[in-house]
Amino acid sequence: MKTDHDLVIIGAGPAGLTAGIYAARARMNVLLLEKAAPGGQILITDWIENYPGFPEGISGYDLSEKMKTQSESLGLKIESAEVHSLNLSGEAKEIILQDRTVTTKSLIIASGASPRKLGIGEDKFFGKGVSFCATCDGPFFKEKTVVAVGGGDTAVQESIFLTKFAKKVYLVHRRDELRAAKILQERALKNEKIEFVWDSVVTGVEGFFGLEGVKVKNLKTSEEKTIKANGCFIWVGILPNTSFLKDSVKTDEFGFIVADAKMQTSVPGVFVAGDVRDTPLRQIATAVGDAAIAAISAEHYIENLS
Amino acid sequence: MAENIMDINDDSFEEIVLKSDKPVMVDFWAPWCGPCKAIAPTVEALEKEFGDKMTFVKVNVDDNPISPSKYGVQAIPTLIFFKKGEIADQITGMVAKQKLEETIKSVL
Repeated sequence: MKTDHDLVIIGAGPAGLTAGIYAARARMNVLLLEKAAPGGQILITDWIENYPGFPEGISGYDLSEKMKTQSESLGLKIESAEVHSLNLSGEAKEIILQDRTVTTKSLIIASGASPRKLGIGEDKFFGKGVSFCATCDGPFFKEKTVVAVGGGDTAVQESIFLTKFAKKVYLVHRRDELRAAKILQERALKNEKIEFVWDSVVTGVEGFFGLEGVKVKNLKTSEEKTIKANGCFIWVGILPNTSFLKDSVKTDEFGFIVADAKMQTSVPGVFVAGDVRDTPLRQIATAVGDAAIAAISAEHYIENLS
Repeated sequence: MAENIMDINDDSFEEIVLKSDKPVMVDFWAPWCGPCKAIAPTVEALEKEFGDKMTFVKVNVDDNPISPSKYGVQAIPTLIFFKKGEIADQITGMVAKQKLEETIKSVL
């Protein structure tokens, strides 16, 4: 079987770059496709302190640059291109891009995930007060009041980061306790600039020139109020980046790709790694672990073909 | 933040951007913004591709508060496309190179 590549990797976050490192060292003919910029979601993470090897922590951008440099120095080719769709029916797998079709013997999907929206009309304030990225937009809210939404690691860590700039951060969470790692909870609970708004959800955003107020509803009392704020940061989970999949591999009820212990999907030769996978934990540490397995599995798959 | 893209400031904004005969793309960025640095190679590639028809400049929002505030920039990276002194299009956040190419072609 003649194909353009042995392996194509979709997505250049920590998973895709790690798979690229393993594949390049295995001397596979590999191409990594990235639609925006290498790094993925860690680019919008201000500080990472749970990835081993960086005792003082490291910024998301610096970590992604290091991973990219490492992969490229091993010979990995990264191309800026968005995948439109896949044709996985034949033995040669087809990756359909805007201007051409690439064929490959094996494929690793590491397309990651994107922040989930609230769907309460926040889109029209995107870039005008509504944000998913504290490290991008936090400094625009110096001495201002902001609302943060969520209760997981991201929401709590980024709320703490926002207190470097904002005079007050209201953290709105639908339950009465946080899901975030205990060390983050401890820091947030003793941070005087953070006020918790428990058992509550955001029901609307309003403003004339930019964002001026965030409507919040208490789920227990049904009481509604408007918090005067110029910023609203949303961290309520993620959605898989799978618009190009179109049922070509099996996914779970939320759209995350299902795989076996070798990271193989429902289609032989198609593997998955990182946040786009149906997995109990989504961290850089788990993404790179998935990716190492996926790359080696792809290598074995190709060996068995010939 | 693209190395080879001309840095302009609040004082030169009117002369270079608003009075330009060619359309201008302004990249609002800051040194603390990872995604701004991450899209820099893409902006440089676009400058190589379209530089003869469009002027590409960047504004550091830390050093130049006036122009971002005038155009309501509250998130970066923000790319604003100006044509004859007016905003022709605007993109906030990291987007695919393909989308930027389409936007540039529609502005031109």
